[in-house]
Amino acid sequence: MPSSQPLTVTEDLTIYHALELKEKLLDALSQTADLELNLAQVGEMDTAGLQLLVLLKKEAQRAGKCVRIVAHSQAVSAVVEFCNMAAEFGDPLLIPAHETP
Amino acid sequence: MDEITGVFIQESREQLAEMESGLLRLEQDPEDQDNINSIFRAAHTIKGGSGVIECHFIESFTHRVENLLDALRNGDLAVTSTLATLLLECCDHMGCLLDVLGAEASEPDAELQARGESLTERLKVLLGAPTTAPASSDMTLHDPTVEVESSGGGIVVTDSWHISVRFGENVLRGGMEPLSFIRYLASLGEIVGLETITDAIPAAAEMDPESCYIGFEIQLQTRSSKADIERVFDFVRDECDLHILPPNSKLSEYIKRIEELPEDSMRLGEILVRCGALTQTEIDQGLLNQETACAGPSTDGAPHSPQLGEILVDNKVVHKELVEAAVVKQTQVNDKKAKEARLVRVQADKLDQLIDLVGELVIAGASANLLAQKSRQAGLVEATSVLSRLVENIRDSALQLRMVQIGDTFTRFNRVVRDVSKELGKEIDLQISGAETELDKTVVEKIGDPLMHLVRNSLDHGIEPVALRLERGKPACGRVSLNAFHDSGSIVIEVSDDGGGLNKNKISAKALERGIIQPGQQLSEAEIVNLIFEPGFSTVDKVSNLSGRGVGMDVVRRNIQALRGAVNVTSVEGQGSTFSIHLPLTLAIIDGFLVGVGKAAYVIPLDTVVECIEQKEPPTGRSFLNLRGEALPFIRLRDLFEIEGTPPARESIVVIQFGGQKAGIVVDQLMGEFQTVIKPLGVMFPHLQGIGGSTILGSGEVALILDVAALVRIVSQSEEQKFLPERNTPSLPVHPGN
Repeated sequence: MPSSQPLTVTEDLTIYHALELKEKLLDALSQTADLELNLAQVGEMDTAGLQLLVLLKKEAQRAGKCVRIVAHSQAVSAVVEFCNMAAEFGDPLLIPAHETP
Repeated sequence: MDEITGVFIQESREQLAEMESGLLRLEQDPEDQDNINSIFRAAHTIKGGSGVIECHFIESFTHRVENLLDALRNGDLAVTSTLATLLLECCDHMGCLLDVLGAEASEPDAELQARGESLTERLKVLLGAPTTAPASSDMTLHDPTVEVESSGGGIVVTDSWHISVRFGENVLRGGMEPLSFIRYLASLGEIVGLETITDAIPAAAEMDPESCYIGFEIQLQTRSSKADIERVFDFVRDECDLHILPPNSKLSEYIKRIEELPEDSMRLGEILVRCGALTQTEIDQGLLNQETACAGPSTDGAPHSPQLGEILVDNKVVHKELVEAAVVKQTQVNDKKAKEARLVRVQADKLDQLIDLVGELVIAGASANLLAQKSRQAGLVEATSVLSRLVENIRDSALQLRMVQIGDTFTRFNRVVRDVSKELGKEIDLQISGAETELDKTVVEKIGDPLMHLVRNSLDHGIEPVALRLERGKPACGRVSLNAFHDSGSIVIEVSDDGGGLNKNKISAKALERGIIQPGQQLSEAEIVNLIFEPGFSTVDKVSNLSGRGVGMDVVRRNIQALRGAVNVTSVEGQGSTFSIHLPLTLAIIDGFLVGVGKAAYVIPLDTVVECIEQKEPPTGRSFLNLRGEALPFIRLRDLFEIEGTPPARESIVVIQFGGQKAGIVVDQLMGEFQTVIKPLGVMFPHLQGIGGSTILGSGEVALILDVAALVRIVSQSEEQKFLPERNTPSLPVHPGN
């Protein structure tokens, strides 16, 4: 199945954008079976952001779809690692995140 | 310095001492795994503590030491003499770093830093190739001291706090950020395991992105209290569900926790395993039983499959067998904690204040007693006598508080003996006896230096080189022993060796050369050997860096005399020498014997009094008398202190004993026992001979306390001078010293 263009999130994954981001992310998921997320430009991430990513992963799983995070910014990988969620998310692409300054 | 740093330094010093003694044992018995573990634990505790108080230079150095110990513990390295020496040096270095922290410096000076770096290099060399900075982060994930390997069960973090927290829905709306609380929590200690619980996030339709659904299970290693941990969550206290399990919690408490949580037990079991609170084996066993329970006959009406929690509790036996190692370890930890709980740390000055007060009580009690006796009211006399007995008991208990065993001071010398014997290329064994002998804390503190000098002296000068020992028919391994015991109210500490002994001819020759004795002066053997305590005396031709500069022994004697004690030496040439230190048991309150001369009263420490004899007509013109066939030198207090007035017809002689010598003191009257609070004489009278202090009587009068050691010396000296020119060898016992 051809995968769509990666969805690039430019907003901060924080409580301030949580409402619009939820909609945006779920919309994107509904349009493809294989959603790729580029989070390289995310400057900040908090609990609300983390929850959204978890939600997205869960929804995808429920629908038999796949969500992959193809690029992490420092902020994103820091939170994911701190929360010990790397394995849970299972994105192999977490590794290059270390190289991002 | 803040309190926590102070506590850290104190505790770390204790840990260091433990580590050092462990390392010394390690050389003797390299196979002792328990010992290696306890060394590791000590180092780890210091590292953990330094992390908490954010003292990074200690933390990083200790961390490197810990790496080596870890390799040792895992059997990757074998115990060698080099390794033990290096680790002991690391111990010393950590002690120095603690000094730096104690001095409130921000970091060690260049010299110390260079030493730390060279030690680090050597650590790396021992650890094998100087690999990339060995494991600075992987150590933090699983704490090695506390991981307990059970048969196939993985690792359990037993001595961490377990914190479970579920944040309420409104936390995010309230402007709180759960992650920042957790980050702050990390500043209290080390998060050794963390699991994010996202199970509460509902399906997309119901999910409000501004609500909080998140929770955490955390294993935190910290020295903080439960209250401190709770305080972290103060801002969200009302809006979150917080449970804190202390370290070493019982399995059943975890189970209870599992049941309290909203999530399904199975999932939680997994989570607890993952963050290290339970082992996989425990969970597996639980699962297995759950299956058998389900597969079992469902005919018994209620097919209630037991909860995981119940099974785990039921399986206590299984659990016990599986993690027996863990249980043993936990018991040890608990035992240690229980032991610590029995001890109370009290500031020394509070104790001193108590002793002072008891001293005042003794004086006040004595005066009440006196008044009661004057009033001749039987009831009052009775009451005050009961009172004074109680005061006496309080005095004894209060003094007991200050008593510590000398053992700790002695064991310190294990290290000294080890290092010095290596340096000198001799084989020397240290034997310790009487370690449980108790004496006053201040005395213990002050006796360390003189003892150190005596021990070093024995190691350096006493024990001969191996070749010479074999030639003399002695075992190659020399022996130095430390001994302590109580002897008539004083404590005796002996340092003896089986070395060459003191060469009397050499000492005499040296003393002549230095002008300490005059040509033709006759000295007893005991007096000759005790010349080594004279200032500027040293018989060793070669000055070593251990001792032998000729400044030691007289300093030793002065230090001991400052404690109202005495030191002397006996020696048999070719067989060894013994230094004995006599010290008073306590420095504050003593049982005294009150005597009167003229109108004045004097106190003789009761412990030194042997007997009292009545002398109707004391011999005049000579100052010794025949006591049951023994010559007893005596002195008249009236003459010594130039007290006016005529002596009564019947005088009494108090026979006192000190350091193995007897002497008589002639007084006018005996007034009986008296509890004496020793008051120092002050700076006005530093040269006063024969007076050790003062005290206050019940009547408010001042009585002087006689310095028995000095009196005995004065008596035997005057005797010596009078009779020596006439005799060749004095038959009287001679006091060491001048």
